[in-house]
Amino acid sequence: MQINDLLNHTSEWLKGTGPHSDIVISSRIRLARNLNKFPFPHWANKAQLDEIIKETAQAMSKVSLLKTSTLFELGKLDSVDKQFLVERHLMSIEHTQKTEHKALLVSEEEIISVMVNEEDHLRIQLMQSGFNLFEAWNIINTVDDALAKLLDYAYLADFGYLTACPTNTGTGMRGSVMLHLPALVMSRQIERVLAAIAKLSFTTRGLYGEGTQASGNFFQISNQVSLGHSENEIIENINGLIRQIIEQETQAREIMLSKSREILEDRINRSLGILKSARIITSQETIELLSMVRLGCDLGMIKDITRRTINELFITTQPAHLQKLENKKFTSQERDLRRAQLIRNKLNLL
Amino acid sequence: MLCDICGKNPATVHLTEIIDEQMNELHLCEDCARNKSQAMEQQFGLSDLLAGMADFQKPATEKEEAVNLKCQACGLTYADFKKIGRLGCGECYNVFRKYLAPLLKRIHGSNQHIGKTPLISKPAVKTDKNKAGLQELKISLQEAIQREAFEEAARLRDMIKELEGKKNADQ
Repeated sequence: MQINDLLNHTSEWLKGTGPHSDIVISSRIRLARNLNKFPFPHWANKAQLDEIIKETAQAMSKVSLLKTSTLFELGKLDSVDKQFLVERHLMSIEHTQKTEHKALLVSEEEIISVMVNEEDHLRIQLMQSGFNLFEAWNIINTVDDALAKLLDYAYLADFGYLTACPTNTGTGMRGSVMLHLPALVMSRQIERVLAAIAKLSFTTRGLYGEGTQASGNFFQISNQVSLGHSENEIIENINGLIRQIIEQETQAREIMLSKSREILEDRINRSLGILKSARIITSQETIELLSMVRLGCDLGMIKDITRRTINELFITTQPAHLQKLENKKFTSQERDLRRAQLIRNKLNLL
Repeated sequence: MLCDICGKNPATVHLTEIIDEQMNELHLCEDCARNKSQAMEQQFGLSDLLAGMADFQKPATEKEEAVNLKCQACGLTYADFKKIGRLGCGECYNVFRKYLAPLLKRIHGSNQHIGKTPLISKPAVKTDKNKAGLQELKISLQEAIQREAFEEAARLRDMIKELEGKKNADQ
């Protein structure tokens, strides 16, 4: 598989299916794992880093769920390719910095990806469409068990899986759920919800994870604590919280529908109108308008556009995707033109 | 609008900065924004927070002793950890255990792992490691009871039962 091959298909998590997919975009589990005999990546020398890639790549090639994966050496990719992989949520922004001796494994269908030599030797991640953390856990757990037979993981009975940063020690697990909460944002209840989430020691992040701001009605919620609770408990805790947020968003949507249906319909259709006719559009504006159109689909106000089409537009209108699609580097002004064109083509063809 | 820093390229990134309770809006081009965010990360990161937490309420003599501790496996000193907020290797957790255990407790509310282990998949060392795990679990159980953390104690009790059951089955 080449990077360009990824352009031709839709990532599993973008399919817009799965439980509660009107509110939950995707569910993600990641495990941090390290090998006993090497220093953690930031403390290892170049030869050790290469050895880590070699050893883990060999082990991963023997795991049945990873057999058809491709390993990318990040030092060999250009900046657009790296950004492209971030936009597809296959790796973190941190993994695009100082890329010598770093690698990324991507499974077929882009369900599993493994960052090698990011903050930890291995960051195994699995994404699913909709509200599906347990299913994600079951698959990633199988992969982790298979790898544990082939690799000597750094582990202590009392501290659990050992990680470079003590905030990940224990299970090494982070579960995150990406939510679309336009009604809570529009009814100005979101601040209250986010404050409650922070009190319960969960974190809220933006579309691209660590260090990004929550924007355009999209929120990624994940556990902060990784030690002292089992993986199942952690997932159960996240699920309990997410269920409540889903409930609140659903209620907010119902209230808006009953009290201000016309205003809502107006906003949703205006958003669609701009997307169908704009000639210049930034990615920020695109995200905001697509968010309204998505809400229109969820509420049955827009019938001829599927959630999948909207999800795909979220990704294909991102800067690196635009440039990969046309195989050309654009300035940000050129991108705004191309982005508007791409959206018009897609939405007016339907 | 042009970038506030270089004044050459159009500003596409808009940043709100709060310094000493003064809010400042910055309009930057992509390149200057990237440099700016890297500079900010270096200025104050998670490592500072962690390092600060690790030293919390320690007597001065103990602090000195801690700073000189060094992991023989990877060469990282406790002073290094305080500076960068990252451990050097798995062995560091054993070497700095005395200081890490309270730190982990402050971060996670616990310093006893409950969850999956890689042992299941390594039958060759299973019984020995189980034995070690069992003793540690029993100590944790006593601690939990003393702290009146009964939920945790019940969980530990179940784990001990399970492990003892396995041990008997093995014999």
